[in-house]
Amino acid sequence: MADQTRVLLDDIDEPGLHTIEVYERLGGYQALRKALTTMEPDEIVAELQASGLRGRGGAGFSMGQKASFMPKGTMDKYLCCNADESEPGTFKDRLLMQKNPHRLIEGIVIAAVAAGANRAFIYIRGEYVLQADILNAAVAEARARGYVGANILGSGHDVDLVVHRGAGAYICGEETALLDSLEGKRGNPRLKPPFPANQGLFRGPTLINNVETLSNVPIVIAKGAEWFKQRGTEKSTGTKVVSVSGNVQRPGNYEIELGIPAREIVYGLAGGPPPGRKVKCWFPGGSSAPVLLEEDLDRPYSFESMAEAGSMLGSGAIIVVDDSVPIVSLALRVARFYRHESCGKCVPCREGTNWTVKMLERIDRGEATPMDIEILDQVQQNIMGNCLCVLGDSMAMPVRSMIAKFKDEFIAHNERAREAADRLAVGAGLSSEPVDAAA
Amino acid sequence: MTPEHGNGRTLRARDPVAADHLAGAPEQAATPVPSVPAGWDRSADLTKPPATIPDPAQVEVPEDLRREIEEHMAKYPDRRSAALPALAAAQRVHGWCSPEAIAQVAAVMRVTPAYLSSVVTFYDMLNSEPVGRHYVYVCTSVSCHLRNAQALADAMKAALEPGDDINVREFECLGACDMAPMCDVDGRYIGPVDPSEAPDVIAAVREGRTPLPGRGLGDDGFHLPWEQES
Ligand SMILES: Cc1cc2nc3c(=O)[nH]c(=O)nc-3n(C[C@H](O)[C@H](O)[C@H](O)COP(=O)(O)O)c2cc1C
Ligand code: FES
Repeated sequence: MADQTRVLLDDIDEPGLHTIEVYERLGGYQALRKALTTMEPDEIVAELQASGLRGRGGAGFSMGQKASFMPKGTMDKYLCCNADESEPGTFKDRLLMQKNPHRLIEGIVIAAVAAGANRAFIYIRGEYVLQADILNAAVAEARARGYVGANILGSGHDVDLVVHRGAGAYICGEETALLDSLEGKRGNPRLKPPFPANQGLFRGPTLINNVETLSNVPIVIAKGAEWFKQRGTEKSTGTKVVSVSGNVQRPGNYEIELGIPAREIVYGLAGGPPPGRKVKCWFPGGSSAPVLLEEDLDRPYSFESMAEAGSMLGSGAIIVVDDSVPIVSLALRVARFYRHESCGKCVPCREGTNWTVKMLERIDRGEATPMDIEILDQVQQNIMGNCLCVLGDSMAMPVRSMIAKFKDEFIAHNERAREAADRLAVGAGLSSEPVDAAA
Repeated sequence: MTPEHGNGRTLRARDPVAADHLAGAPEQAATPVPSVPAGWDRSADLTKPPATIPDPAQVEVPEDLRREIEEHMAKYPDRRSAALPALAAAQRVHGWCSPEAIAQVAAVMRVTPAYLSSVVTFYDMLNSEPVGRHYVYVCTSVSCHLRNAQALADAMKAALEPGDDINVREFECLGACDMAPMCDVDGRYIGPVDPSEAPDVIAAVREGRTPLPGRGLGDDGFHLPWEQES
């Protein structure tokens, strides 16, 4: 069995890690102490930038660079931790919050100080009840020890932290929809620019980062950018918690060094598909990533290599699909998710996701014409790049990749379904003319 | 004919137009259209004046609920940020975001009921219809779909009995694809669940027991079948 490289998950099996006593005993909150007593906010940002730490929520943008966009000056500034985790296939933040909430809190406070933010929020999806309870208890502990609140460790920095529970909407993971939702509204994305760093929550400058990104911050500060960069590749530094699910024998979260071959994750760690089955395709970064094929498993699992392959590392969720799964049913299942979750604000996304589902259903029933598959692909192209956010693109990209890579199967599926439907119609006596009567 | 909900309670028609519409509706109006929110085809009464912020003196709010909503409001720079937690709290008290529940939240938060309705109808966990006090969300999203989730969802629905106060619905990815096929029972994640276990799960919810003890995320010693016990 292949090995994991455990940095974020190093102490994950330690009993009671979610309590502040155990976390501190294992060296917790030392990074915060170091940052507050020996570093200026600018130095923290510079260290994060030097570490090469990239966002773990989907887009992979440099964490330190994003923090550097925050304007200077005294005004209310905000930090939002994105714990909405709703991308199909992704369940890493759940583990990090449930097992090691204090590392996240420590990361949030350090990042907030670096960005000059005095108020921080954790936007956690409403379904994560257990994790919200654990976080609330942890925040209370951290506040009691003076790690959260006013004048932290006597440094003069204030960071207030509130856990805010969502109520079931994937779109609220999109950063500007998250802001609207946190302001108590429907979670509709906003037009960008202005970007959140200029005008975000309550119109103030806002830094938004994913749970895993922020959980890495104490490690970068405690051990230094140089240490952090020793793992991973030049452009994808550090480790990554990868959620592996679907048709594998051991679904779960595995922490790996970025850049190891994807095959080691899918087969070595997750056990590969069930006996007798082969990998038909896989999503390297959640259901919105274009699918890759079996031979792509030999590529290094990193931001740049997945992009080169025409897909993306996204949230770092690998969904494996074996050869027993019809591609049309997979495409339909993916498209239905985005249809359900589209907020309806932009027409190409609202209508495009709906019509994509309808056309795929037609193919599934054998009612499509050959032209329909071309139209289906055109619909995807008309969604991409034409909306306020990329929810529509998140359906268009995987669906397009499936059409491109399995076009023959789409056509054959439609043909077979049509023949089956015709046979049924004859059997039920519905066809207009019996065959021998015409002869 | 008045369409009935799965749990046997009668749908409330909130305005005369809707009442007419429902009364005259043919049989199939009761068949839910998947993925379309209930009430989508009910029109608004445009002749009615819009409801204003309720007068706090006129609306009776349970004391615990008022205190909880006020505590939420105090946590944010703008009180409206408390809309989601406040509505969730009201739903716990009333079983759903009923017109009464919304009026109470509106009175405490000093916002209009329409604003809160717009929020309720956006989010999957807030119910704008009385669908049941308990919920069983069966994930049928991508990864669970690959592990036979549809059979689990069908088995859960089949296990319901008339009079059950349980909202069984198919849900999108719950962030527990490692537990697939799984479901979320009143906030507790259980999985993997075999379709044959569905009647037991529903019976447990009905009787107020914990379904599948030891198999919930966060239970003592919880681990997946292929993981070593730690
Ligand atoms: C439709 C949509 C859903 C998203 N959902 C999430 C999510 O659940 N969690 C998350 O961290 N980022 C999500 N993102 C990405 C965020 O917009 C944002 O890029 C991210 O939170 C930034 O954090 P990072 O730089 O640390 O990755 C989503 C984006 C889109 C377009
Ligand atoms: S797909 Fe079911 S929990 Fe993610």
